[in-house]
Amino acid sequence: MTQTVTQKIMALNGAEAIAEAMRQINPDVVASYPITPQTIIVERFSEFVADGLVDTEFVAAESEHSALSASIGAAAAGGRSMTATSSQGFALMWEMLYIAAGMRLPIVMAVANRALSGPINIHCDHSDSMGGRDSGWIQLYSENVQEAYDNTIQAIKIGEHQNVRLPVMVCMDGFTTSHAVERIDVLDDNAVKKFVGEYHIDHPLLDVDQAVTYGPLALPEYYFEIKMQQIEAMTNAKPVIEQVSKAYGSISGRSYGLVEPYNMEKAELAIVILGSTAGTAKSLLDDLNDPRLGLLKIRTFRPFPTEEIAANLRKCKAVAVLDRAASFGSIGGPVFSEVRAALYDEPKRPQIVNYIYGLGGRDTTTDMLKTVYDDLDTVAKTGKPDPVQRFLGLRDD
Amino acid sequence: MSAKILEIRWHGRGGQGVVTASQLLARSAMREGKYVQAFPEFGPERMGAPIKAYTRISDNQIKIHSGVKTPNIVIVLDPSLIGQVDIGEGLAEDGLILVNSEKDAGTVSRIAGLTGKKVLAIDASKIALETIGRNIVNTSIMGALVKVTGVVSLDALLKEIEASFGAKLNRKVIDGNLAAAKRAYEVLN
Repeated sequence: MTQTVTQKIMALNGAEAIAEAMRQINPDVVASYPITPQTIIVERFSEFVADGLVDTEFVAAESEHSALSASIGAAAAGGRSMTATSSQGFALMWEMLYIAAGMRLPIVMAVANRALSGPINIHCDHSDSMGGRDSGWIQLYSENVQEAYDNTIQAIKIGEHQNVRLPVMVCMDGFTTSHAVERIDVLDDNAVKKFVGEYHIDHPLLDVDQAVTYGPLALPEYYFEIKMQQIEAMTNAKPVIEQVSKAYGSISGRSYGLVEPYNMEKAELAIVILGSTAGTAKSLLDDLNDPRLGLLKIRTFRPFPTEEIAANLRKCKAVAVLDRAASFGSIGGPVFSEVRAALYDEPKRPQIVNYIYGLGGRDTTTDMLKTVYDDLDTVAKTGKPDPVQRFLGLRDD
Repeated sequence: MSAKILEIRWHGRGGQGVVTASQLLARSAMREGKYVQAFPEFGPERMGAPIKAYTRISDNQIKIHSGVKTPNIVIVLDPSLIGQVDIGEGLAEDGLILVNSEKDAGTVSRIAGLTGKKVLAIDASKIALETIGRNIVNTSIMGALVKVTGVVSLDALLKEIEASFGAKLNRKVIDGNLAAAKRAYEVLN
């Protein structure tokens, strides 16, 4: 293993940590509009701009729709561009999300996950980014402040890879991660600069000697093929995410794959989850010290790690997939539906149930997660995943 | 809750430096190689409204991300909260409540319904007024906390006050805060 670089121990919250990563990345353009709980990211970054610590052109846009539009323009012009949002801001970006991906622009966007209105709620759930799961963006979910920082740096390399060229969302749980100060290791500025390298785009819009068109009309003769290329780019992204993770591990000592199995070697009962509650589940497993219980954390939701999930879960007796977003009228939340589908081709499938949890910032404790393992024990014994969809932490009064 | 993590809940009012205190203690502990978390109760933030913040300290990486339900230590910065909010809520069995009050611990216990709990009172407002010249008690009460619990060393706390406040506040205010922490540390036995 290569010698890792010197790192500085810092106390930062998730938003500050992402801003710190952005300072080190030093993008050409950052365009954004403030929204809780994302605001600290661009607030802090705008201070770096004002203090002359970055060369970035900072665009204080008049809405999130404009913020992402400006990011798209900047990326097409040939600049490395980044933005950040949450909740309603994410929703307002909607049509531009698809355009960023369809134009194959490797914009990196931090998402401080927050529930969608109505009713108005500022706290965490994954309804915002889960709604954007089919927009063509890569999605990385962060468990804690360290991962929010690490994922931001890696996202640049992943999205800009020649075989990928796709925008990337770095998601972290609003407030729980964005506003919680934790101890993290921060890489040396030069190490980050070297790791992300120079941004290069083959056919920038501003290259007037080789004029190109971005975002033209593509009618039935071409549109389908262009979408096929996006589908292929997502497939290509899987090995790239793992390569980048490995390369990042060689400088930082921290490597993350598509999924993170925890205590899964002999696990019979497993929870599948993404985001900060994965940490709470790890804490519970550490306390219980029971080899029968395991956790599979999904770091990469897009592209979806189908094979890796199947490989990790196929030997389990019962699995609970925890969704922090409802998919109204579906058989379960978005993570559940896909994890369940990933197991369809297995000759021997575990029983599988879905829990909707933590909507609108409802706290999810180790005691609650313990009840999920207890439920799984019953499901495994009876062989009946009934009911398939359940609700964790829902008040019954 | 894992026994290896020390959990602290801070009570105060918006504008009294409650969140700053939760972070200052975390950063002080980090100076001694500890792992930490510090986060506010995420609600509407208004000057004067009762607010809570939390600090977790551990020798190992802190993985848990749910709220603090059974704190080992509760610290109350504002005496007017006593009897108004449930400062003893969820307190761990051998837990400590450290209160800024001119009243003695017994009186505080009686008013707050904390009889049988380990309560400690210190007139941190008086110390803050004498050292900083303002009734901002977070640094003085932290001096008391350090003395009573040894959760971090006084040296680490003073270094962190210097480092955290150094960039934002003038010398006089920083010195006042350093003096406040030291004074509170000394008056408690």
